[in-house]
Amino acid sequence: MQFMLLFSRQGKLRLQKWYVPLSDKEKKKITRELVQTVLARKPKMCSFLEWRDLKIVYKRYASLYFCCAIEDQDNELITLEIIHRYVELLDKYFGSVCELDIIFNFEKAYFILDEFLLGGEVQETSKKNVLKAIEQADLLQENRIRITARVSMGGLRKNLY
Amino acid sequence: MSDIVERTLTALPGLFLQSQPGGGPAAAKTPFSSRLGGLVRGVTALSSKHEEEKLIQQELSSLKATVSAPTTTLKMMKECMVRLMYCEMLGYDASFGYIHAIKLAQQGNLLEKRVGYLAVSLFLHESHELLLLLVNTVVKDLQSTNLVEVCMALTIVSQIFPREMIPAVLPLIEDKLQHSKEIIRRKAVLALYKFHLIAPNQVQHIHIKFRKALCDRDVGVMAASLHIYLRMIKENSSGYKDLTGSFVTILKQVVGGKLPVDFNYHSVPAPWLQIQLLRILGLLGKDDQRTSELMYDVLDESLRRAELNHNVTYAILFECVHTVYSIYPKSELLEKAAKCIGKFVLSPKINLKYLGLKALTCVVQQDPSLALQHQMTIIECLDHPDPIIKRETLELLYRITNSQNVTVIVQKMLEYLHQSKEEYIIVNLVGKIAELAEKYAPDNVWFIQTMNAVFSVGGDVMHPDIPSNFLRLLAEGFDDEMEEQQLRLYAVQSYLSLLDMENVFYPQKFLQVMSWVLGEYSYLLDTEKPEDVIKRLYKLLMSDSISSETKAWLIAAVTKLTAQAQASDTVERVIQEFTVSLDTCIRQHTFELKHLRENVEVMKSLLPVNKSCEDMVVDASLSFLDGYVAEGLSQGAAPYKPHHQRQEEKLSQEKVLNFEPYGLSFSSSGFTGRQSPAGISLGSDISGNSAEAGLKETNSLKLEGVKKLWGKEGYLPQKESAAGDGAEAPPLPPEVSPSENIDQAAAKRTQAQVLAPSKEEKEKQLLASSLFVGLGSESTVSLLGKPDVISHKFRRKSKVKAAKSGEAASTHNLTCSSLNSLSHVAYEENDYLTALQDGEDTESKDLPLGPELSDSESLSELPLAEKVSDCSLSALSLFADSDMEIFQPPSSAAASLTRDIASASCFLEETAGDMCSGRMEVCSDETVSVSSYKLWKDDCLLMVWSVTSKSGSQLKGADLDIFPAQNFKISEQRGCCLPVMEAGSTKNFQYSLQMEKPFTEENLSGFVNYQMVDTHSVQLEFSVNLSLLDFIRPLKISTEDFGKLWLSFANDVKQNIKISEPQAALPSALKMLQQKLRLHVVDIQGNEGLLACRLLPSTSSLLHCRVHADGLALWFRSSCPALPDYLSYQCQKVMMVGPGI
Repeated sequence: MQFMLLFSRQGKLRLQKWYVPLSDKEKKKITRELVQTVLARKPKMCSFLEWRDLKIVYKRYASLYFCCAIEDQDNELITLEIIHRYVELLDKYFGSVCELDIIFNFEKAYFILDEFLLGGEVQETSKKNVLKAIEQADLLQENRIRITARVSMGGLRKNLY
Repeated sequence: MSDIVERTLTALPGLFLQSQPGGGPAAAKTPFSSRLGGLVRGVTALSSKHEEEKLIQQELSSLKATVSAPTTTLKMMKECMVRLMYCEMLGYDASFGYIHAIKLAQQGNLLEKRVGYLAVSLFLHESHELLLLLVNTVVKDLQSTNLVEVCMALTIVSQIFPREMIPAVLPLIEDKLQHSKEIIRRKAVLALYKFHLIAPNQVQHIHIKFRKALCDRDVGVMAASLHIYLRMIKENSSGYKDLTGSFVTILKQVVGGKLPVDFNYHSVPAPWLQIQLLRILGLLGKDDQRTSELMYDVLDESLRRAELNHNVTYAILFECVHTVYSIYPKSELLEKAAKCIGKFVLSPKINLKYLGLKALTCVVQQDPSLALQHQMTIIECLDHPDPIIKRETLELLYRITNSQNVTVIVQKMLEYLHQSKEEYIIVNLVGKIAELAEKYAPDNVWFIQTMNAVFSVGGDVMHPDIPSNFLRLLAEGFDDEMEEQQLRLYAVQSYLSLLDMENVFYPQKFLQVMSWVLGEYSYLLDTEKPEDVIKRLYKLLMSDSISSETKAWLIAAVTKLTAQAQASDTVERVIQEFTVSLDTCIRQHTFELKHLRENVEVMKSLLPVNKSCEDMVVDASLSFLDGYVAEGLSQGAAPYKPHHQRQEEKLSQEKVLNFEPYGLSFSSSGFTGRQSPAGISLGSDISGNSAEAGLKETNSLKLEGVKKLWGKEGYLPQKESAAGDGAEAPPLPPEVSPSENIDQAAAKRTQAQVLAPSKEEKEKQLLASSLFVGLGSESTVSLLGKPDVISHKFRRKSKVKAAKSGEAASTHNLTCSSLNSLSHVAYEENDYLTALQDGEDTESKDLPLGPELSDSESLSELPLAEKVSDCSLSALSLFADSDMEIFQPPSSAAASLTRDIASASCFLEETAGDMCSGRMEVCSDETVSVSSYKLWKDDCLLMVWSVTSKSGSQLKGADLDIFPAQNFKISEQRGCCLPVMEAGSTKNFQYSLQMEKPFTEENLSGFVNYQMVDTHSVQLEFSVNLSLLDFIRPLKISTEDFGKLWLSFANDVKQNIKISEPQAALPSALKMLQQKLRLHVVDIQGNEGLLACRLLPSTSSLLHCRVHADGLALWFRSSCPALPDYLSYQCQKVMMVGPGI
């Protein structure tokens, strides 16, 4: 996979992940052109697009478009399922996900994406494993917070005595 | 799924009012994260782009202050990073924060580190200089005991890492392959995959460890290793054939549902894994029957299991079909795969239909009947509202185009072209149309009109090859002289009518094509005078919309036409107008025109009609100026020194001190006493020398770097330079102005072709029959093999030659199998007497001979010798004297041949040392038989014809004559005519042949005239086939000379030949080349061999052979452009026959 873009029906970018090195200028140009092309397509049309020498696979979930760029010999249908699996993961993590979850917690959405896709390839296909990894990281940090909180409280108590 | 996010829109306004965003466990409720919320809300509430920009700039400047303030805690920094990421996503520059992101990853606690790493991966790219600062952090985190930290470090490495720092982390990551946690192993494998992508050399040593990862007990790790394998197998499939069994076993287990349920996706077992494995198998099984056989079962099972009606099963099916068609074919599987494609194509779901078309496109060249089955669906897809479907259908049609359906398909493509605006699509499609038009054009009118459409639509964005190919086709012409002229004439007529249209604008490239064609071929017009054409060109020249490059083309065309026209006012006006042009190029062209016009004779010889493809002889030394130069010198002009020499002299004068006393010329009169006479004579010597040297220099002017513009007859054709300019010119800025008339023409043709549009169905049927014509079962064979076999109208001359020689070679082989009954005899290399010269013999003995080869040689000698002894004892004795080895002639001809050989033996004195061919009967009647053989002498080809009388009756004088052939220089050798021949005796005629012009195959014919005693004279005609091979001789040079020559030759051809057991075959292969093609083996070093030969009289060619894994790589170089191709073909032929024959 070359890159993944998430954008709203209004054409606002919500998430971007580039797996090929491109300059900022190129990235902006590609994003602008693609958002325009995809938004112009009618709902009954095919989910695939030929764009320059790439294949674009996109799918709309409610107000959000998920859009992946793959190479010509890659499997388009399985890419659609990658998008779907990502939405499933987001849904499970946020508990019935909506666009606002992704806007306000976009860094979490990135974390989940990084556990699922790494360097443009599917890293882990088991939903359970991906979520376990995310929760592990989340939990550890909460533990750490809890421990530091307890230490500081202890400190406070010491001062009290 | 869509209902999940459905509520978003309705919930939006309400959520903006709330202070906290809704969400799951992640919505941390710290005041910092609400800052992001505030920013997001602020941005969303704004209506204009301008306001947004203002807000973000404000935000960025406050962020800039915060991140650089020393009091900012890491926690605040983390929050700032999130906001910076948001600003970057909106397209604003936040580069001031990059360094802080790295710091955060380095110093923060887990939570902060995680955000820091994320920010780094989003902000930086692979070659960003700041990335080097991250390396230390990564190394530290890789060594951490905290799993989460290790995971983070591995994640960042797999996404973005500086290539030159790989060695710093590689050992750490390698260690992680043995980690007890599968998530670490998995991420380590992916990190190595990333390294393999960016620096494959650095991970070469760990390929063994990849195999371990493939056998990992955890499915995730194994799946991750498949990414690496897919990549490596793509690069070199032959190295991983041994893993085929493992991949098949894994796929079997996956398909059989042996994996944990976790990996199921919508109750399909591990679809990603399946697809990855199928792709790997497809690559491994390509063109490899044995490997393919291993996977037939599992592919069959995959096809069978994927029954569920879900997208993901279709994804697997699609990959299966792809694999089945790419491996060595098995009919059963192909049938099933074809059925699957049918399912896709007929599906009502548009995504599946698209993939069905894509699959058809892939397989249609293997199996054109599949397209026939679905022709009605394909027709429907041609008019599909979704342009993507249409385009894929056109791609499919492009693959099945033949000379019968080309008009309909091209018309459909043009229709699509007129609708599309995207440059990429236009360039792509225009190229395809041009290719099809040139390949399959049914007639001239269609061809020119199609190309007109291509040029008007493709205009200035199309590939520059298209116009230049088109012009070359017109200029070089093809076989049929009449057709060629008509094509040119039609092109001229059509361009004139296009130019006559008012208010139509054409792309610059199209105008350039037009001006070239009009300039070259207007003379074909009967109705219009050159003057009329010039007027039209003038009108164009005066137009504002013409670029200066096109103007140069136009003026070149005017110049060419001026040579044909009588005095023309328009030319006068062109000259007036453009001699003052500001563009120097145009001005130069105009001045050339002006001066040429003053000398009509020069102009006509310079710009000959219809000679665009012929080279002009140019006197590069400018010898015609010699007289002028000599005159100048005699009048005391300074001799010419080239620029660089002047420069050198100037430099040397500056550097070296001048020891010459000043005023030497006065010395003889004034200071005689102090000046030695030697000094004076020296001075005069110098002046004399300089004049001499100057003269010498003028005789050999140095012309390197000087553009050859002048020839013996004056100025050189500027059409060459103009054509060159055009071909190399960069594409102009797009000023596409599609011509309407072409639209109309296309529309008219549409109407004409699609008859009676009363019933839609009927129309489609009609279209189908026109589209799929020629795809029936008869043509299947030809489509399968070489699609190029179909006759092309405009086949280039060169191609025809190649094809002809190919045909000749094949018939050649056929005739050889039934040799001696035919009067038209072709020699085959097998029949050569492979007697080697002594010198070569000693060399070939160094080579370890293939046992079968040496055996066959020695064996064939015995029976032959016996037969010879039966026939003629004297001959035998001669054989014994001359140290020759004679090889097996074709067994059927043996009996008659032995006699011939016996009679040939009288030539042995001179043939000893030279190789000669077996004797062939070229013609005969009841009284005489004529046979011939070739003697490959060192400096020429000696043909010997023997006329033998069969009956007892006497021949009253026999004469043999060879028809003159244009490619040979034929000279008769001594003693060819005896007044009366004795019955049964033989008379010989010798001719030495020299090649004048290289050719591949050529017939040499002649006749024999003899007179019977009692009757009138009889004439018998015969012909002999000669090939270029007859003029190839070994070139004996040393290895050093080989090296020198190798570098000096420019024409080279590389060729791979597959042979079994190449390692063992090199010596025998070289031996074979030496015997069959008369190449000289210069040297053998390890698995490489050097050979050399020369083509009489003096063109040499070198061959470098190298043995590699599955064949022999041949590399030819020569000074003659045609020779390497020819030799490579001959080598292939010899190798195909194989050793031991």
